[in-house]
Amino acid sequence: MGKIQLTRVRKSFGEVAVIPGLDLTIENGEFVVFVGPSGCGKSTLLRLIAGLEDTTSGVIDIDGQDATNLPPAKRGLAMVFQSYALYPHMTVRKNIAFPLKMAGMAQAEQDRRVERAAKVLNLTDYLDRRPGQLSGGQRQRVAIGRAIVREPAAFLFDEPLSNLDAALRVGMRQEISELHQSLQTTMIYVTHDQVEAMTMADKIVVLNAGRIEQVGAPLELYNAPRNIFVAGFIGSPRMNLIEGAEAARHGAHTIGIRPEHISVGDGPWEGVVGLAEHLGSDSFLKVAVDGIGTLTVRAPGEVSARHGDRIRLAWAGKLHRFDAEGLAL
Amino acid sequence: MATHSSRLAARLMVAPSVVVLFIWMIVPLAMTIYYSFRLYRLISPERAGWTGFRNYAWFLNSPEFWQAISNTLLLVGGVLVITVILGTLIALLIDQPVWGQGPLRILVISPFFVMPPVAASIWENLFMHPQNGMFASFALGLGMKPILFMEQYPMASVIFIVAWEWLPFATLILLTALQSLSSEQLEAAEMDGATALDRFRYIILPHLTRAITVVILIQTIFLLGIFGEIFTTTQGGPGSASTTLPYMIFKQAIAAKDIGRAAAGGIIAVILANIVAYFLMRGIGRHLDA
Amino acid sequence: MARAVSRRHKVVVTLAAWSVALIIFFPVLWMILTSFKTETSAVASPPQLFTADWTLENYAEVWARSDYPRFFGNSVVISVGSTLLGLAIAIPAAWAMAFVPGKRTKDLLMWMLSTKMMPAVAVMIPVYLIFLRTGLIDTRIGLVIALMLMNLPIIIWMLYTYFKEIPAEILEAARMDGAGLWGEIVHVLTPMALPGIASTMLLNIILAWNEAFWTIVLTTTNAAPLSAFIASFSAPQGLFYAKLSAASAMAILPILILGWFSQKQLVRGLTFGAVK
Repeated sequence: MGKIQLTRVRKSFGEVAVIPGLDLTIENGEFVVFVGPSGCGKSTLLRLIAGLEDTTSGVIDIDGQDATNLPPAKRGLAMVFQSYALYPHMTVRKNIAFPLKMAGMAQAEQDRRVERAAKVLNLTDYLDRRPGQLSGGQRQRVAIGRAIVREPAAFLFDEPLSNLDAALRVGMRQEISELHQSLQTTMIYVTHDQVEAMTMADKIVVLNAGRIEQVGAPLELYNAPRNIFVAGFIGSPRMNLIEGAEAARHGAHTIGIRPEHISVGDGPWEGVVGLAEHLGSDSFLKVAVDGIGTLTVRAPGEVSARHGDRIRLAWAGKLHRFDAEGLAL
Repeated sequence: MATHSSRLAARLMVAPSVVVLFIWMIVPLAMTIYYSFRLYRLISPERAGWTGFRNYAWFLNSPEFWQAISNTLLLVGGVLVITVILGTLIALLIDQPVWGQGPLRILVISPFFVMPPVAASIWENLFMHPQNGMFASFALGLGMKPILFMEQYPMASVIFIVAWEWLPFATLILLTALQSLSSEQLEAAEMDGATALDRFRYIILPHLTRAITVVILIQTIFLLGIFGEIFTTTQGGPGSASTTLPYMIFKQAIAAKDIGRAAAGGIIAVILANIVAYFLMRGIGRHLDA
Repeated sequence: MARAVSRRHKVVVTLAAWSVALIIFFPVLWMILTSFKTETSAVASPPQLFTADWTLENYAEVWARSDYPRFFGNSVVISVGSTLLGLAIAIPAAWAMAFVPGKRTKDLLMWMLSTKMMPAVAVMIPVYLIFLRTGLIDTRIGLVIALMLMNLPIIIWMLYTYFKEIPAEILEAARMDGAGLWGEIVHVLTPMALPGIASTMLLNIILAWNEAFWTIVLTTTNAAPLSAFIASFSAPQGLFYAKLSAASAMAILPILILGWFSQKQLVRGLTFGAVK
């Protein structure tokens, strides 16, 4: 079981309220991703759930039990840290077994669980090495192994892939997703990378300045962002936001069009191509459109436009409208 | 990581250190303050009583006191200047590619491991002794009169001995700092047309600032209390030519057996040490990694 | 600063550096050489670097006439004992200051260091009287306590510097894994900081071994370590240079050798983390 419920949780460091008050429910078995720019409070929120920081006020329930004042070890949660936080003086085997040893588990059971975790994570050949002799990806797996042997109520991940190179990151992302499929345990995952959030989450929590901007499934956030912040944060490249006369024509203060929802060829807008990036599968263009400003365009396949060309554009897809407060209309 | 429980645990963990250090500081200090206002001579213990500030007045009016103050500052300042300058030069020398840098470091650091009474006695007897010392032999060999180090130049001799003991410390810390300087910075400066002297002045010296402040801070802490070297060699003499404040207090307590006056001197020394400590901590304490 | 230099340059620098190093080391070398000479050749003029009549006589005589093993034993017990006691008190304190820093942590560290600035002579009488009344005078345990207190600020400061280099996340991981405070310090912090703890230990053993004020003031015979032994030896023996040298060598060689083996770690510890 792993249902986590936060009720009016506040956290301030001295005068500064990092999290001014927040409610959130995480269902058992869900893969929840906290995403937001750096300093938005997502890591603090995770550490509050872990018990590494005290809540200033509010209640944290884990499986219906008030855990607000429980020490970290008593909450039944396991955490994977950004730096992996492996114990450098212990072998992989001892690292993975450490929480079991601390729990006073019988040696035979410890061995059994370590072997099983090592097999799942392809670490069997490395059990007697030290963390210093492992690659980044292997260290990451050891950190995950240390978490899964405890069979926790929920896993907490604090930006676990940010120290890996791009290729490994994609691989580990898939491994963590598969792990979630097979364990069906609650996972809470903190990242600043919206691609990780979109690909892994059942539910995304978008945070900004300690507040929840929106909670929802990845495509919900993509298709129906509740405000400009979420609209700008989810999706890559960023959504084009247009103010002024063009927005007023659609009865809004601001309108948003995703780069992939603009087509090149014919249409009402005309502009000069600034930057043109041709990736083969896609083409990214920055176009200075007359009377509107610079728009980012993502066109599928190859487009012949070059720097300095004049081209015409049209929007072909959903258009998002926002009021003066930035809320979706 | 800051929860209430860990903060509470932290207080409990720091408490023993703070408590024992506080006791170690405050109890003897309080007793010293008490004695400093008492007439208390071991020769005539029956004549005990309060004397007000008379012990302090004696100390401050004694011509020896001002000499002791200036000798103390001379010792600290002299040793600092010698060790920092020589230490920098030697560090610059050793930092270059040389054969056998390991054994070289071992030779250079050795004086640091020699206990003060032995260091003082080696220099006094084997080198500076006017009849049998090596310097005397050289002087005679050159047809000159041997120098009476401990009689003619007592402070200089003491400063020399103490500087020898502390030179390794300064050298090795400065060497460590030098080795952390990136060669690219120096090469860039060279490309920019800086001469060797320019590179020292504008790149190396600023890089060493932090290390030099550490040398000054740590050495001052130890140098303010220098005692053994003087006790072993000049005994503060001739007259009071090499008497420092700690040694003057020691003489009052042990030779004159006047506990009251020694205590007053002790309080004066504590006040002076605090003044020095204050400026030192304020000026360069921020360079320490806290 | 690895720069390609000409061979000639390297030869010149090597010669210069070795000359300087030998000058610095020469007094120690000369003392050791003298300790193997007869008294006559020890004071020969001009001085002789090597003599024909090497002898171990001086060592034998110092050994026979003084109670060297007892002084040596006292030195070992006092320096190791005070260091271990200091570590036991300092490790928790350094843990707290490094991993749960508060606004006053830096002030506290500075205050601790400043207690070392109080001249020992200034408080000599009260400390002597306290030791006399509590029966600690001339006991090993008394000196262990005195030297521990004397070096405690240095021990705490050094450990603090080493502990700060350990990422807090690892201790947090231990806490998540169910290690209590004790488990965190014993299973994770101490093994990880072992090199730092070892170098702190070495430096403080050396400082305690070489301490020559409290050891002289607070001992007479029973607990006197080598520093007190050598102070007593140099005073009345007059001009017995060879024997004085032998006694000096016996007092400093154990720590000199220990220092040689550990100089790399020592230098790092000595910088108090301010020089990387």
